[in-house]
Amino acid sequence: MFDIAVLADYKQEFIDGFLVTLSASVLALGLSLAIGTFIAVLRLSGVRPLEILGTAYVEFFRNTPIVIQVFMFAIGLPTLGIRFSEFTSGVLGLSIYTGAFIAEALRAGIQSVPKGQMEAARSSGMSYVQAMRYVILPQAFKLVIPPLGNQFVNLVKNSSVLAIIAGGDLLYTADSVSSDTFEVAVVYGFVALLYLVITLPISIGVNWLERRLSKNR
Amino acid sequence: MDFQHTFAPETLRTLMEGLLVTLEVAASAIVLSFILGIILGILRYTKLPVLSQLAVLYIEVMRNLPLLLIIFFGYFGLRDMGIDLPVTMAAIAGLTVFTSALIAEIVRSGLNSVEKGQIEAARSQGFTYVQTLWYIILPQALKRMIPPLVSQFITLVKDTSLAVVISLEEMMHNAQIVYNKYVNATIPLLLLVAFIYFTINYSLSRVSRYLEKRLAG
Repeated sequence: MFDIAVLADYKQEFIDGFLVTLSASVLALGLSLAIGTFIAVLRLSGVRPLEILGTAYVEFFRNTPIVIQVFMFAIGLPTLGIRFSEFTSGVLGLSIYTGAFIAEALRAGIQSVPKGQMEAARSSGMSYVQAMRYVILPQAFKLVIPPLGNQFVNLVKNSSVLAIIAGGDLLYTADSVSSDTFEVAVVYGFVALLYLVITLPISIGVNWLERRLSKNR
Repeated sequence: MDFQHTFAPETLRTLMEGLLVTLEVAASAIVLSFILGIILGILRYTKLPVLSQLAVLYIEVMRNLPLLLIIFFGYFGLRDMGIDLPVTMAAIAGLTVFTSALIAEIVRSGLNSVEKGQIEAARSQGFTYVQTLWYIILPQALKRMIPPLVSQFITLVKDTSLAVVISLEEMMHNAQIVYNKYVNATIPLLLLVAFIYFTINYSLSRVSRYLEKRLAG
């Protein structure tokens, strides 16, 4: 019990797990930003069927557990002969789930840009897509940085579902090292610290940004 | 795809039994984390020496860790240290420890959103600090906290599915038992379980929107 030497013995495992968690989170952030932006634009397109489609996506995925979405890729699709690695299944599940939340954050951001901006851009001869791309989205992104930061923290935390499908992430490493060594408290405590090393700075940064943004109002 | 075993009366009964456990665990954790969250949120808001700092430490650590890690540790970790919690208790405890930190933040920003003039007015009427908090600040803050609180409760309902890792016999776990037997029923079963979660959580979010409108008027 409480033998810290375990941490040195399994150094490589911890480094690998940390890198898997980090790369799954970063990859899923990129993918879910793309999904989220696409869905947000659908919802604001003004075309009824597209809006309904976007709303259905957001409501469905944010009201169902991430475990189901990851399992769909990890054990559902293989029954149809479509196979992904555990890592890919995890990243895809995480992205689809987080995309719904990012779509909501972006929509709120886009809607907080004054309507006059769109009208001005359109009357200067920009198409709807151009106005979105060059006028609305750049302004909206500034407002959505804090909620996006929160989503990244959530991604890092949620990437631990990889452990359920043996994805080799940090929590999976904790589980396997602790069952090898029985040093449960030491291993989980250390892994908790490693998670905090990623999530705490982002959380603190987000809090700081939120305070600054609310002061500037 | 095997729809026959997905919608077999026996499967549906198993899922409903699981759903009862899901709701039982979720409801217990909602009540407990609401109570603990209010206490922690008020502690952080009041800036009492030592106690406030302890609340901040608890909140920042817990909300930046993966829930799955907390559940793992609360069950396997404590068991290895000689504290053998029943699975249901471990699940409720894990969910409560994690969610109360997030609720504490909702409570704090709700309390902060009440104008400082209200405190001064109440104090100058002869209210003590505690009376001011209880009769003036908290009721106004609670009204503003409803939307974020409900979305936190929705998250909690979804998060109960993470307790599959400690074999809590909730809905996801029971679905797993069925599709482990009938592999081709995996996709339809995952979709069915997703749909049940969706129905519960979407209804909750509608109730929240209704309450928000009623209280705003």
